[in-house]
Amino acid sequence: MKMIIEGIAWKFGDNIDTDQIIPAEYLVTPDPEELARHAFEKIRPEFSKSVKSGDILVAGTNFGCGSSREHAPRALMGAGISCVIARSYARIFFRNSINIGLPLVEADIDADENDAIKVDFENGLVTNLSKNKNWRFPPYNEFLQKLIDNGGLIPYAKERLSAERRG
Amino acid sequence: MGRTFAEKIFDKRSGGKVASGDVVEAAVDYVMVNDVTGPPAFEAFEMLGAEPLRNKIILIPDHYVPNKDVASAIQAKRMRDFAMKWKIKNYFEIGEGGVCHQLMMELGYVAPGRLIVGADSHTCTYGALGAFSTGIGSTEAATVFARGKLWFRVPKTDEFIFTGRLKKNVFGKDLILRIIGDIGVDGALYKSMEVKGSTISNLELSDRMTIANMAIEAGAKNLFIAPDKKTDSYLKGIVKGKYRAILPDENAQYDRRYEYDAANIPPLVAAPYLPSNVKPASEIDVKIDQAYLGSCTNGRVEDLRAAARIMKGRRVANGVRMIVVPASKKIFEQAMKEGLLKIFMDADAYVSGPTCGACLGGYMGVLAPGEVAVSSTNRNFVGRMGHKESKVYLANPAVVAASAVKGRIVDPSEVVK
Ligand code: SF4
Repeated sequence: MKMIIEGIAWKFGDNIDTDQIIPAEYLVTPDPEELARHAFEKIRPEFSKSVKSGDILVAGTNFGCGSSREHAPRALMGAGISCVIARSYARIFFRNSINIGLPLVEADIDADENDAIKVDFENGLVTNLSKNKNWRFPPYNEFLQKLIDNGGLIPYAKERLSAERRG
Repeated sequence: MGRTFAEKIFDKRSGGKVASGDVVEAAVDYVMVNDVTGPPAFEAFEMLGAEPLRNKIILIPDHYVPNKDVASAIQAKRMRDFAMKWKIKNYFEIGEGGVCHQLMMELGYVAPGRLIVGADSHTCTYGALGAFSTGIGSTEAATVFARGKLWFRVPKTDEFIFTGRLKKNVFGKDLILRIIGDIGVDGALYKSMEVKGSTISNLELSDRMTIANMAIEAGAKNLFIAPDKKTDSYLKGIVKGKYRAILPDENAQYDRRYEYDAANIPPLVAAPYLPSNVKPASEIDVKIDQAYLGSCTNGRVEDLRAAARIMKGRRVANGVRMIVVPASKKIFEQAMKEGLLKIFMDADAYVSGPTCGACLGGYMGVLAPGEVAVSSTNRNFVGRMGHKESKVYLANPAVVAASAVKGRIVDPSEVVK
């Protein structure tokens, strides 16, 4: 994982559910780029056209609630979103994102649309460069950090499988 | 100090004494994927270069079957091909199956004390039978195919106690809507819920399933209802293998405790756009275009009976369409035997074979801009059943049926006594 991310903010509210992130009618493919074309289509139709690689999502509580569809973080990654910052996450969305390598930050920050945001993972610090304000966020626990350092759940599981085979 | 159900099952499965917040690896009994979450899991699985643990894997196409278009046909075919390639026998073609969660219970995969994961958020339904079950993503499902275990963060637990007798036309749906209305859609985020009390012991399993089904709508990881004689008799003859119940200790430590007098709860409705936006059905006066009866929440034969009791000898109101979708083949057959389907058809409702269909706005009952549906399902998010300007009101099967008859959302007492 890149330890420092900088990007422009897209601002969302509380309880952004997976049907808003990627509507169910498009769940007929797992392809991130195809999914990205329909991300937030029902609530922010301009998103898929204007989003730029490296942009950051800033949201309120319970981001990603609803379905278990991994298509939600996949669609965000396909759109080039580099990181999500939210006050809290729904648990399956949280797991999915960590497992497939979309960085999530749990922090309650003050940001407007188009603010420039910097996230320093090593030091647990989010900075709103446009507003000149900082917030601290807690580090992942040891296990999750190991998952992330391994590049996600697939490399981790591969390593465990071969370790278990060796006995 | 006593232990909650979640603590006890993770103690047992991880071989140590766990505390909430700990991340543990635990062995799971079964892992289920459907036609939407399966294909990404198959892709991830092939990257692992491992043999699948065949007997633990269950493949159920239900979201877009019968296929709605070419893309969904390709997706469903991937699942069929995966089952064939790896000789996975627990694959259920549409004509023998139905909605995944209903099948998991009907076919006896679910039992007390088991730990089951599924790549579908409503996997929490199985807590109605005393299992620990929770929704996961596709990539993690793939790793379970290969390893049979997964990481879990041990949750804190809240308890919800219901005493008192249910009013007429009040069901499990209303109890869980009451909870979600009180605590909000993130009121139990990351947590385990234990739902108990004399009202719950008196409920049939179908109502308990409805309650557990919607735990995710409060953000919970799982929901547990203590198994009892009713659970054992439900499982008799269908359960695969043996099982042993795990019960929370009497003096377990809960994070929060909520108490309800069930006798005070009327038929409820969750108005758009959150399942927590709950009001008594009698206070909602909204014209409807569609009434939907089905899904893993309320598509069981008990639900069809409750609706048929109201529809019998009546008709769906002019300008309203009603869609009835039994959740499985077994339920469809039973409803046919009891004459329930005939009652719906005589009322001019449309009856379909089992599928998820319109529940997720997939197909077979999608809403046009501005249309309003009353639905026995579990989600009323923006655009959940169709166009972003359509609206979904969630309710129990009796409210759905009574509203179909009246053409607007009503308390069933307006139609039957
Ligand atoms: S019936 Fe609806 S909620 Fe249940 S599994 Fe199917 S789409 Fe999901």
